[in-house]
Amino acid sequence: MLILFKRVFKNGWISFKRNIGLNIATIFVMILVICLINILFFLNIIFSILISEIRNKADISVYFKKDVSFEKISEIESEISKLPETKSIEYVSKEAAHESFIERYKNNPVLIDSLNEIGENPFLSSLKIKAKEAEDYGKIVDFVKKLDFGNLIEEIDYFQRKPVIDKIFSITSGVNKAGIIFAVVFSFIAVLAGFNAIKIAIQNLREEIETMRLVGASNWFIRGPFLVQGVIVGFFSILITFFITSIICFIFDSKLKILIFGISFVDIFINNLWKLILIQFITGIGLSVFSSILAIRKYLKI
Amino acid sequence: MINFKNVTKIYQSREGNQLRVALENISFKVDKSEFVSIVGKSGSGKTTLLRLILGEEKPTKGRVFFEDLDVHRIKPSQLYKIRRRIGVVFQDYKLFPTKTTRENIAYVMEVMGATDEEIERDLNHILDIVGLKDRANNFPHELSGGERQRVAIARALIHRPDIILADEPTGNLDPYNTFEIIRLLIKIYEMGTTVILATHDREIINSLRKRVITLENGKIIRDDPKGRFIL
Repeated sequence: MLILFKRVFKNGWISFKRNIGLNIATIFVMILVICLINILFFLNIIFSILISEIRNKADISVYFKKDVSFEKISEIESEISKLPETKSIEYVSKEAAHESFIERYKNNPVLIDSLNEIGENPFLSSLKIKAKEAEDYGKIVDFVKKLDFGNLIEEIDYFQRKPVIDKIFSITSGVNKAGIIFAVVFSFIAVLAGFNAIKIAIQNLREEIETMRLVGASNWFIRGPFLVQGVIVGFFSILITFFITSIICFIFDSKLKILIFGISFVDIFINNLWKLILIQFITGIGLSVFSSILAIRKYLKI
Repeated sequence: MINFKNVTKIYQSREGNQLRVALENISFKVDKSEFVSIVGKSGSGKTTLLRLILGEEKPTKGRVFFEDLDVHRIKPSQLYKIRRRIGVVFQDYKLFPTKTTRENIAYVMEVMGATDEEIERDLNHILDIVGLKDRANNFPHELSGGERQRVAIARALIHRPDIILADEPTGNLDPYNTFEIIRLLIKIYEMGTTVILATHDREIINSLRKRVITLENGKIIRDDPKGRFIL
């Protein structure tokens, strides 16, 4: 059995080499399809990272006037923590805020010097509140504004996340829809190209196939090489696309990091390597085998 | 070994409005280790008869047996099992143009799953028999007609089939090569293989002095055990 498989594979390779021009054209279209699917894959990951970053990033910061005591702030903290929408609440003293600023900007002498020039700690004590869901932030802000201690509050710093998240969702969905339409169109072209390559290979070998049958070759011994040809086309498409993707990720990683909020393509590439390989295999081998089977069934009736 | 029982084969034109009777109510048997010549003019039904044995055509009526197997009741996908027991030689050789002599002959053993060592061993033996050892690495277009036909015979023979079907194997050859090929077929027959030779070459038939089945307009008009070509 193994020896027959080896021979079927060898004949498939010969058939691939014989129709190299058409097979290169098929590989090219297949690369476009796999690249498109890779782009969709990366975009979906980037968008989901962005959404989770926005969800987890700062929150509602309630800054208190300078003379408000720790006890008063604790009272307010306990009121807010009772809200079902509150996920967590954290007290940041003005000293802690000062230290955190120095730590963050220790490499920026201009900022540190400016801070020193003020002479006193300009930071205010605050409560950092995280909500369970993006849409809950509005409710928490409304609650804080209506509190009796309103006169103790200097400022509420509230970043409207929900519209941003909604916007990202809508971009993701739009990109996905457009991507899927393009992927389907390109897949159709790829199947058509693969189908034609196998069809022409079969037609070129019509007389030889007739002889193969007469000398006792089984159906799969005759059909197998054409299927193998499809697999080889798929394999090369995957290999080249993988190479292109790796190069883009590794070479342009630093530039892309600046463009897309510090998201690392190399990290995405490495963390999702197996998923990426699997998707490429399913697309590349799947489409080329599918087109080969269609052509074999139509033009190689034994 | 081969048994035709009341076989009729009618071809229909593509338009379906014209019928041509290729064989009409043919019955005969070929025993194991027999040498049978099928003779007749062009269009008398010789090739159709061989194609029926190979399962290439289905009889319109009647049955064709290969030993106890009804050839046309076998699923098309399983016909290769019978074909592996038959060696076929064609007038136009039907060699693979991109394969060398060695590869053309080895192909039959490859499809049967023989190991490379088995192929190499039998290949050398068969190249000796057909006298093509020095042409083993040549492609068909580098060979003469007689050499190509010897490659075809070697390919038909290498897997030790039960029967050889030769359809006008000398049709494209000069007299010298014709007798070389016939000598080869006799050698194969003497080694115990059944041979069915379809030809319209009077000289060959008369020199063989073996069984001759004569066809005319799709009917058997004569079946002589040591026949001559009489038409």
